[in-house]
Amino acid sequence: MCLAIPMKIERIEGAYASVSAPSLEARVNIQLLSKPRKGDYVLVHAGVAIEKINRRKAQETLVFYRQIAEKGVDL
Amino acid sequence: MKYVDDFRSSVDCLALAKRINALCAGRALKIMEVCGTHTAAIRRFGLPSILSEKIRLISGPGCPVCVTSDSYLANALALARRKNMTLATYADMLRVPAAGTSLEGARGLGADIRVVTSALDVLKMAKALPARQVVFLAVGFETTAPGTALLAKAAKKEGLKNLRIYSGHKTIPQALMALGSDKGLKLDGFILPGHVSVITGLSAYKEVSRLTRLPSVVCGFEPMDILTGIYRIVEAVVLKKPILGNAYERVVRPQGNARARRILNEVFVSRDSVWRGLGVIPGSGLFFRHGYSFLDAALAFGLKESADKKSAALGCLCADVLKGKTAPARCPYFGRACSPLSPKGPCMVSREGSCRTHFECRV
Amino acid sequence: MEHITLSHGSGGSLTQKLVRDVFFSRFNNIFLRASDDAAALPAMDGRLAMTTDSFVVDPIIFPGGDIGKLAVCGTVNDLASCAAEPMYFSVSFILEEGLGFDVLEKIAGSMAREARACGVSVVTGDTKVVPRGKADRIFINTTGIGKIHKTLTSCLIRPSDKILVNGPVGQHGLSVLSAREKLPLASSLKSDCKSLWGIVKLLLQHHIDIHFMRDPTRGGISAAANEIAQSCGYSLAFYEKKVPVTASCRSLSELLGLEILEIANEGKMLFFVPEAQANRALKILTSIPSCRQAALIGEVLPEKKSKVYLKTSSGGSRILGMPVAEPIPRIC
Repeated sequence: MCLAIPMKIERIEGAYASVSAPSLEARVNIQLLSKPRKGDYVLVHAGVAIEKINRRKAQETLVFYRQIAEKGVDL
Repeated sequence: MKYVDDFRSSVDCLALAKRINALCAGRALKIMEVCGTHTAAIRRFGLPSILSEKIRLISGPGCPVCVTSDSYLANALALARRKNMTLATYADMLRVPAAGTSLEGARGLGADIRVVTSALDVLKMAKALPARQVVFLAVGFETTAPGTALLAKAAKKEGLKNLRIYSGHKTIPQALMALGSDKGLKLDGFILPGHVSVITGLSAYKEVSRLTRLPSVVCGFEPMDILTGIYRIVEAVVLKKPILGNAYERVVRPQGNARARRILNEVFVSRDSVWRGLGVIPGSGLFFRHGYSFLDAALAFGLKESADKKSAALGCLCADVLKGKTAPARCPYFGRACSPLSPKGPCMVSREGSCRTHFECRV
Repeated sequence: MEHITLSHGSGGSLTQKLVRDVFFSRFNNIFLRASDDAAALPAMDGRLAMTTDSFVVDPIIFPGGDIGKLAVCGTVNDLASCAAEPMYFSVSFILEEGLGFDVLEKIAGSMAREARACGVSVVTGDTKVVPRGKADRIFINTTGIGKIHKTLTSCLIRPSDKILVNGPVGQHGLSVLSAREKLPLASSLKSDCKSLWGIVKLLLQHHIDIHFMRDPTRGGISAAANEIAQSCGYSLAFYEKKVPVTASCRSLSELLGLEILEIANEGKMLFFVPEAQANRALKILTSIPSCRQAALIGEVLPEKKSKVYLKTSSGGSRILGMPVAEPIPRIC
C-alpha cells in the first residue's frame, strides 16, 4: 500500500503546506519532515508528506540507471 | 511530472530489461515483491512483457487490505451495525469480502461508512459529528501509520471525545522475518517496499537479510526504479553475493524518517498481530500505548482478533499465494468462482492484490 | 427561497405553472407548444435511430457543467456515435421535494442551451415530484430520435483500421469524482462534457469512411475498447504515449491511484477509420478548436482474439482489461 507521489511545497502554513503537482494543488501535513522549505519536493502519501526528495540523489540515481542501461555495470 | 517522467523513459526501460535478460542468461529466477504498490506498478507498466520468461516476479504479503484478518473485518462490520456509529476508512477497504458481505454492502444497507483519503480528515469529520461515535478503521503499513499517529496526537490535544481508532496497522520487517524462516519458500530475492522503507530505513531489514541470505533491494515505483532493482538482484544471484541494497536513495535514507518513527513510537507499541494467510506474526502489529488507550476502539468496544480459521475452509489458496508458493492461476477458484466481481479471497479484492492484478493483466 | 413541493407534481395548476414557466419558456418549439399528450412529428426519409438514457449524476452541478447539459450531451452523443443527426428529444424529470427553483431553472436553462446548439427540439416531456429522500434532488431521463446518415456496425471494423480520439480523456469523470468526493484539492480540472454531432458531421461531410464510433462513457476507454473488441472479434492495441491527457488529470490520477483509461468521458468519441484516411481524419479533427489535441491512439490488429492490448509508455505491453467497478480513490 503506499501510493505516494512527488509534489512541490508552495506555501507553508504551520503544520500544513500547500503542495503542487502539474495543474493540481493540495494541502498536506508536513509534521513528519525536518526543516521543510518552500520549493522542496516531497513525497505525499494519504495527505501526509512522508519525506523530502533528495535532488542530488535523484540525479545520481538517474545517471546510474542510464549507465546500467547503456553498458551494464562491471561485475 | 518531476521525479516521475524521468524514471519512465521507454528507451531506458527497454535497455535495462535487455541487460537483465542477458545477465540472467536463461537462469530461472523467482523474485518476490513484497509491496502491493510494486505489484500494481509492475503490471501497469507491463514489465513482465519486456523481461525474460525465466524471471518470475511473485507478489508477497504487501497489500494491507489483503492481509487484514477476517476477524478484523468482522469486527468492523459489527461496529458498522451499531447505533449512532460512523465508520471512516480508506476506499481500499470498502470491497474486501468478509462474512458474505463487505463494508460497501453494509453501507448499502444503511450503515454510515465514509471514505477518507487521509487519516487527518477524520479529525474534521469527528468534530463535525459531535453527537455520533466516529471510528476510524486504520489499516496500512509503516507508510500509512504515521498519519494515524498524527491523528491520534491531534485528537488527544483537542480532547476529542467521540473519536476512536481501530488499529489494524502492521509492520513489514517482521512479516519478512516470518516469510524468511518458512523453509518451503523458494525465492531468489526480495524487492523491498519503497515507501515503507522511507519510514523504516534500510537498516530495518538487516536481520531479515542475515536470516534469509537473499539479495534484497529497496526499490522505487517507477519502471526504471523497479528494473534497476531487479538488475541488482539478478547480479547478486549471479555473483552468489547476498546484498541489502537501496535503489531508492532519493527518498529512502539508511535510518529512515526519524521524526516519523518517533511519532509512531510515541503513540503505538508493537505486539503480535494476525495476518490473513500468514497467521500470528510476533511483534508485527501497531497498537495504542497507554497514553492513547482512550482512543482505542478495540478496547472501547471489546474487539478481539483471532487467527483465521484455515482459509482452505473458504476454499481459496490466498495463504499460499501470499507466500509466493502458489501462482494465482493455480488456485482452483481463480477466474471461476473467484473474480474481481465476486472475490472469494482478499487477493482478488484490492487492485494491489496478487490475484486481482493477475486477473486484470493476463497477457 | 422558492422550492419544489409535492403539489408541483400533482398535475394541477402548480404543475401547469411549473411546466409553463420553467420548461416551455426555455424549450420553446411548435411541437411542444401544441401541448398534447404526445408530440406529432413530421415523416422523415431514411432510417431513424432512437436512444434513451437516465442521468443521476452526483453532484448535479459540477465544474464545467451540470446534470442538464449532461442529459442533452449524453443522448446527442449516443445518437452521434451511430452517425445519427439528433432531431427530437423527450425529457422526463423526477424531482425531489425541496429542490430549489433556481437550481431547476439553471439546469433547464443549460439543457435548452445545449439542445439549441445541437439543433435538437425537445418535443415532449414529463415531470414528477417525489417526497424528500425518495430521490436525490433531480433525475433526468432523455430519449432522442435521430436521422441516420451512415449505417455503422462493428462488423465494418477491419484489421489495420486506426483508432482516433477527439481530445484529452478522463476530464469529465475526474472532475465529477473530485466534486463528489469533495477532495481537498485545487485544480483547473473541468468537465469537458460536450455534444459531438457537429464533429461527426464534419468528418462525414469530408467523406471520411468511418467504420465505427463509440463514445467511451462509463468505464472509459477500457470498457469501450473491450466491448468493441468483443463485438468485432479482432484484438485492439492502444498506445499509452499517444493518449492525450491533460496535466491536471494526469496529476490527479497519479495521486489517487486511478487508471485514466477507466475514467468516464462525455464529450469524447473513439473513431475507427481506414488506415489510408487516418491522417486526413486527424487533420480535420485537429482543425476544430475544441479538438486541437485529437490523436491517433490505437489500431485494430489482425488477430481474432477480442483482446485489448496497451503498449505502455515505458515500453512494455499488457492487457487492458474490462474495468470491474466504479473507480474510487485509493491510497494503496
